Amino acid sequence: MENEQTIISRRRFLRQFGAGVFTTAIASALPIPAWALPRGRSANPASVTESGPLDRYDFEIDYMPFVVHGQKQRVRATAINGTVPGPLVHLREGEHVKLYVTNRLMDTDHSSIHWHGILVPFAMDGVPGVNFKGIPPGRTYHYNYTLKQAGTYWYHSHSKFQEQTGMYGAMVIEPKGGDPIKAHRDYVVVLSDWTEDGPEAALRNITMDEGYYNFQQRTLFDFFRDAGKHGFDEVLADRLGFGEMRMSPVDFNSITGFEYTYLMNGHDPAANWTGIFNPGETVRLRVINASAMSTYDVRIPGLDLQVVMVDGKRVKPVGCDEFRIGVAETYDVLVRPREDKPYTIFAESQDRSGYARGTLSPRPGLEAEVPKLRPRPVRTLEDIGMGLMDDKYLGRKAEAKKMMMAKMEKMEAKWKPRTHALGSKAPGPIGPEPFKPDKHKVNVAMVVKMPRYRYHEPGVGLGEDGWKVLTYADLASAEAQPYPARVDREMTINITANMGRFMFSLDGKKYTEQPGPYLFQFRERLRLWMVNHTMMEHPMHLHGMWMQIENNHPHDSIPFKHTYLIKPGEKISMLITPIEKGDWAYHCHLLYHMEAGMFQVIRVA
Amino acid sequence: MLFVSFVVNTLTEIFQFIVNLMKFHVLTAPLVALLLTTSGGRAADYTIHPEDRDLTAPLPDGIYHSPPLPPPEGEPIRKYAEDGPGTGPENFGVSVIHDNRLKYYFRADRLEYRWNNDGDEKALWDVQGWIGGDYNKLWLESEGEWKRDKGVEAAQLEVFYARSIATFWDLRFGLRQDFEPKPERTFGVLSLQGLAPYFFETEFNIYVDDEARVSFNLEVEFDIRLSQRWVLQPRFETDLAVQEAREYDIGTGFTNVELGVRLRYEISRKFAPYIGVSWESAVGETANIIKSKGGDPGSTSFVAGIHFWF
Repeated sequence: MENEQTIISRRRFLRQFGAGVFTTAIASALPIPAWALPRGRSANPASVTESGPLDRYDFEIDYMPFVVHGQKQRVRATAINGTVPGPLVHLREGEHVKLYVTNRLMDTDHSSIHWHGILVPFAMDGVPGVNFKGIPPGRTYHYNYTLKQAGTYWYHSHSKFQEQTGMYGAMVIEPKGGDPIKAHRDYVVVLSDWTEDGPEAALRNITMDEGYYNFQQRTLFDFFRDAGKHGFDEVLADRLGFGEMRMSPVDFNSITGFEYTYLMNGHDPAANWTGIFNPGETVRLRVINASAMSTYDVRIPGLDLQVVMVDGKRVKPVGCDEFRIGVAETYDVLVRPREDKPYTIFAESQDRSGYARGTLSPRPGLEAEVPKLRPRPVRTLEDIGMGLMDDKYLGRKAEAKKMMMAKMEKMEAKWKPRTHALGSKAPGPIGPEPFKPDKHKVNVAMVVKMPRYRYHEPGVGLGEDGWKVLTYADLASAEAQPYPARVDREMTINITANMGRFMFSLDGKKYTEQPGPYLFQFRERLRLWMVNHTMMEHPMHLHGMWMQIENNHPHDSIPFKHTYLIKPGEKISMLITPIEKGDWAYHCHLLYHMEAGMFQVIRVA
Repeated sequence: MLFVSFVVNTLTEIFQFIVNLMKFHVLTAPLVALLLTTSGGRAADYTIHPEDRDLTAPLPDGIYHSPPLPPPEGEPIRKYAEDGPGTGPENFGVSVIHDNRLKYYFRADRLEYRWNNDGDEKALWDVQGWIGGDYNKLWLESEGEWKRDKGVEAAQLEVFYARSIATFWDLRFGLRQDFEPKPERTFGVLSLQGLAPYFFETEFNIYVDDEARVSFNLEVEFDIRLSQRWVLQPRFETDLAVQEAREYDIGTGFTNVELGVRLRYEISRKFAPYIGVSWESAVGETANIIKSKGGDPGSTSFVAGIHFWF
C-alpha cells in the first residue's frame, strides 16, 4: 500500500516480519503485526514459540497511517516494518544477536531503539544523547550484543515521542537450557495507548491545564455527597488539605481514556484481540505495558493468575486475581482455563477512564462478558504521605506534629554527622537522606517529610474488591543471586514535581538543570533510596543494570526489577550492582514526565 | 462551532509560526535564549562533542573519574560525577530530553457583552498571553471597554517580564499604557500573579503613574465545578488609589469594587461560552466625585461572552 517504494527480497522479508509469518505481502499493508492479529484474520502462528528464535532482525522505521476504531486519522504512526506494535523479536539466550535498525523518518533529527531491560554494553543501549548520537534519517544502526539473560522484555524508541506513536514491540528471549516455565500456549500481550490529538498537542494541553483530559473531576455535588457519607469535618479537612497544596486527588495519569484509546496487541477494545486455548491447557501470557502514560490493573474474571516472571526475571510462583502493571513493567502469568468458554482479559486504566481488552477463547469469534469499569478512585492525604494536613484541619495538628518532629529529629540525628562531615562510619542502613529543596523552589510542589515503605500496599483504588491483588511484597526471585550480600555505599534520589507548571524533576532539578550525572561506582554494591515527593505513581526505570528491591525477602531472593512503580509518599531501598561502565539513563517511564525533565544520566565509572 | 474551531486553529497555527520564527530569527533568538534561561545549575551547557565518533567504538578512556570507595570517614556521600570545568556529560551532539521548550499561551479570560440596568450596552475584553519558558516569560495583557454609541471608553495594554519565584507564583515587572480615557497615561507595574492556596487565581498589581501616583489592583477568580463541563466562577476585583487623580475622577482610598459570577459551559476545555451577572460600583471618595458630577456610581449588568485559550 504505502510502503511499496522498496521491493524486498523474500529472505529479508522473513527477517523483517519474523520467520513464522509465512503470509503474503498483505501483512505488510496491515497496520498490526501478524502475530498480534487474532486468528482468522491471518495465517500466522498465534503462539510465541512458533515465531522463532532468530539471531538477526532488520527494522525499518517509517511513517504509516494508523486508525483505531471510531477515530479519525489525525496522527501518523511511526511504525517498525509497517506494524504497530513492531514485530515480535524472538531470540535465544547466550547467542550473539544482530538487530539492524534503519531510520526512514526523513524529517526527524534521529530515531533509536532501546532494548528495555536488556543488559548490553554502553553503546548498544540506544538512548540518543546518552549512549550514542541516535540514528539519523536514512542511516542504519547495527545493534549487536550477546544475550546474557532470558525472559520477557520489550523494546521502544527513545527519541522524543516516537514511542507514543507506535514504536514499541515485544522481545522474548528463550532460556539456553529450555524454559523452566512450562505452558502449552505462549502469548504476548502488549498493552499500549494511542492518542488522537498527537503527542505534541497532548503535551501542550496538559502543560497549560493539568485537568485538560480529566472528565472525572470532583464537583461541588461530590463534596455534599461525601460530606453526607463521611462527615462534614472530615471531608472539609480533606478538601482544604488538597486545596492548600493546590493539587487534585483525582489526577492519575494526566492523559485519560477521554483522549487515549487503550490497545491490546494493537487492537482497540472493539477489535478484541483473541488468544486461542484448548480447555485444560496452561496458557502463558507475557503482559507488557508499552504505554506512554497509562498504568493498568489487569485481571481475567473467572481465572486465577499465577505470576511466574516479573520484568524478565523468574519469581517464585505467586497466585493473585489482579495485578497492577506500571508503564514499562512486564508480568508473565500462567492461567489454566478448564471450561470450554471464553474469558476476558481486562486491563483497566488506573483512573478507570477506559480499558484495553482481549479474549482467551477456545474458538475464534467468541466473546465473554466485559466487566464494568469500577468507580474512579480518590487519593486521600494519607495516600500521598501528607496525612498531617488532615490533622491540621481537624485540630489535631499540635499533637501529630510533635510526634512527627520527634521522628524527624531521630532521622536528622542519624544524618547530621554525615551531611556535616563530623565523622561517622558511612555507610549504613539508616534510611533515605532527608530532602531539603531550596526555599520556594519552583520545581518542588510538595515535600513528604515522613515517607514510608509501601511494598505491601496494592496501590490507590485496589485491594477493596474482595480479591487478592499482587503487591511488591509478594515478589521473591527464583533466579540465582549473582551479586554479593553487602552494601558499599548509600545514596538517595528524590522524585519531585510541580504538576501545575508541568515541571518534573529529580532532587528538584530538571534534567538540563542537573549539575552533572549521578555517580555509581563500577561493581560496587550500592543501596539506592528513592523517595517519591509527588502525588502520583512514577515507573522509575534504570538502564543497564538491575535494581533489586529490598522487600524483606532474604538477599538470595530479592526480586530483580528494571522498572519500579513508586507510589506517592513512598520510600524504597534497592540494591544495585553496576556491571557496565559508561553513561546510563535513569528516568520516569511516563513519556511526558520524562520529556518534562524527570530524567538523569548515571555515570558508572 | 465549526467557525470557532477554525478561528482557534488558525490562531494557534499563527502563534506556533511566530514561536518558530522567534526561535530562528537573528533578532529574536537572544530573547528566546533569555526566556529559556533556567534557575541555576549548569543550564543546558552540556558539551557537544565535536567529532562524530564511530558509534560502536569502545568507551573513551579518561573521561570518567572514580571516587574512593567507600567514602572516607566523615566525608559526605559523593552523589555527582565530577568532570573537568566546562565539560558536562557527553551528549553526542543531540539532546535527549527537551525539558526547556519555548511555550506560548493566549487566553481570552473575558470577552463579553454587557447589558446594564441603566440601559447601557458595553463590550468588554480581558485577554492575556505569554511566551517563554518555565522560569522566564514575556507577558502581554489587554483590557478595555467599548460603549455602544460612544466607542472605546477604556483601553489598556500591559507588557511584563515575568519570573517564577515560587511553586505557584510569578513576579512580573512591566509597563502599562492607558490609551483611553484621554489623556493617555503610562504606569510602571509590579505584579504578583499566581494560584493562591485553595485554588484562588490571583493577580495583585502595584501601579505608579508618570506623576508618581500609586495605586493598587487586586483580581481574584475561583472555579466551582458543578459538573465535568459546567463551571461557576465568582470573580472579585478592587482598586485602591493612594493619591487622587482628579482628571480621571479618581479619589483616594478604595475607588472601585466589582463582584461577578459567571456560569460557563466547557464545550472543550479550551472553549467555553458563558453568561453571568456583574455588579460594580465606585466607592468612597471616587463615588462622591462621580455623584457630584451627576453620574451614577454603581451598576448591575447581565453579561454573556466566551472564554477560550490556545
